[in-house]
Amino acid sequence: MTSRRIIADYLVPAATLVGVLVAWEAATHALRIPRFVMPPPSAILAEGWDWRYRFLEHIWVTLGETLGGFALSILVGVPLAVLIVYSPVIKSALYPLIVLAQSVPKIAIAPVLLLVLGHGEIPKVFVAFLVAFFPVVVDTATGLAATPPELLDLSRSYRASAFKTFVKVRLPMAMPFFFAGAKVAITLSVIGAVVGEFVGSDKGLGYIILSATSYWKTELAFSSMILLSLMAIVLFGAVALVERFVCPWLAPAGEE
Amino acid sequence: MIRLDGVEKTYRTRRGDVVRAVEDVTLHVAENEFVTLVGPSGCGKSTLLRLVAGLTPATRGAIRVRDTAVREPFPDVGFVFQQPVLLPWRSVLDNVLFSVEMLGQPPRQYRKQAADLLELTGLGGFETKYPRELSGGMQQRVAICRALLPDPSLLLMDEPFGALDAMTREEMSLELLRVWEERRKTILFVTHSIPEAILLADRVVVMTARPGRIARVLTIDLPRPRTMELEFDPRFKAASDEVRRLIFARRVPVP
Repeated sequence: MTSRRIIADYLVPAATLVGVLVAWEAATHALRIPRFVMPPPSAILAEGWDWRYRFLEHIWVTLGETLGGFALSILVGVPLAVLIVYSPVIKSALYPLIVLAQSVPKIAIAPVLLLVLGHGEIPKVFVAFLVAFFPVVVDTATGLAATPPELLDLSRSYRASAFKTFVKVRLPMAMPFFFAGAKVAITLSVIGAVVGEFVGSDKGLGYIILSATSYWKTELAFSSMILLSLMAIVLFGAVALVERFVCPWLAPAGEE
Repeated sequence: MIRLDGVEKTYRTRRGDVVRAVEDVTLHVAENEFVTLVGPSGCGKSTLLRLVAGLTPATRGAIRVRDTAVREPFPDVGFVFQQPVLLPWRSVLDNVLFSVEMLGQPPRQYRKQAADLLELTGLGGFETKYPRELSGGMQQRVAICRALLPDPSLLLMDEPFGALDAMTREEMSLELLRVWEERRKTILFVTHSIPEAILLADRVVVMTARPGRIARVLTIDLPRPRTMELEFDPRFKAASDEVRRLIFARRVPVP
């Protein structure tokens, strides 16, 4: 990589971020903005540092809910996509339900779900799943349907079974689509877990945000928010990394 | 080898209209014969290949390959399409092995033959590349190797060079002939290009559109091996004039 590329790819965005933080810090001091309205970055950082050990448990809870919801969205979403692609009857039976489930505002559903499923982490996993599964279903189904018809003819002319064609042709063909859906799903799972925590919980980063704001501890809410974003970014990166391993043929040319 | 007698194929469109793709097609193809099908778009050339392969049933008439009625796909066929349709996640070698794998044979035993085929088509050394690292012409060569690997006695080619540029196209035609000289097969080859149809074929089947019918079958008695210079041969010119006349004769001028 040339030095010009390093500057463009890393230095410019890093400098922008630092610039924004400095301006933010300066503005809160210069304008004498009260801490509970808008804390300066230094206060957020200090508060986060104070909480570093107490945060661990909450990170753990939210991470578990997120990953649980994400895993469920794949375990349910992928087989659903297969059914939709292979059976027109199931497609016409399920598609309206799936779209309906998607169009109901999840934040509106969350209180009802918590009412039904009780407290604890299970209902949050379920909210995360509900938010995340739609892109998995739609993208995987699109991918499974994207196999060129010639390739299906070819398989048929070799008298390969439908199962063999599925495993050797359609499923790998759908992989890039599946990962596109999974990358959206993982970030939505984080949102779903937090929404679940907002409605009723005593653990998790969402809970911290809610209780910190009710005690005017805005800097704690901010540091929790930053942790949530970091979590979403890391999880997104992890899915992208898995994609690189599963679909090495998608890597840009000349990178092998 | 192939006998089509009074074959007709109609199908229904989504809107419910009945379309007659091919009508009253009678054609007998001998063992190891190279037959090209040429005609305007929509003359049912591709449908004819799918009928012979057993991918779609005929509405009327009989299709027999080696005295067996074709009712479903049979394994002695290789298919090459206009697009290479390779599997992007497989290396070139594994793409060639795809055919034997789908036929249910152990690909391991075919590795040497697959490498030999790649060598024969000028792709030696590209075994481990991914398809997207290859040019369109090279990808189509891989598709041809894939079709040839199980050594089928019948090769069905549906405008295999149609998506390639003119220069690559000529090169590929001559290369196909070279491969065919080495490994004789019966070939049914669909094309839009009249010179290509004549250059390759023992016989050219000229078709007309809507419904697809055979206008005439021309025997090309040009010497083999064929070269591009044959295009200046008066017999080549005569044949191509004849094909052109047959195709355009029934066309009504656009007002």
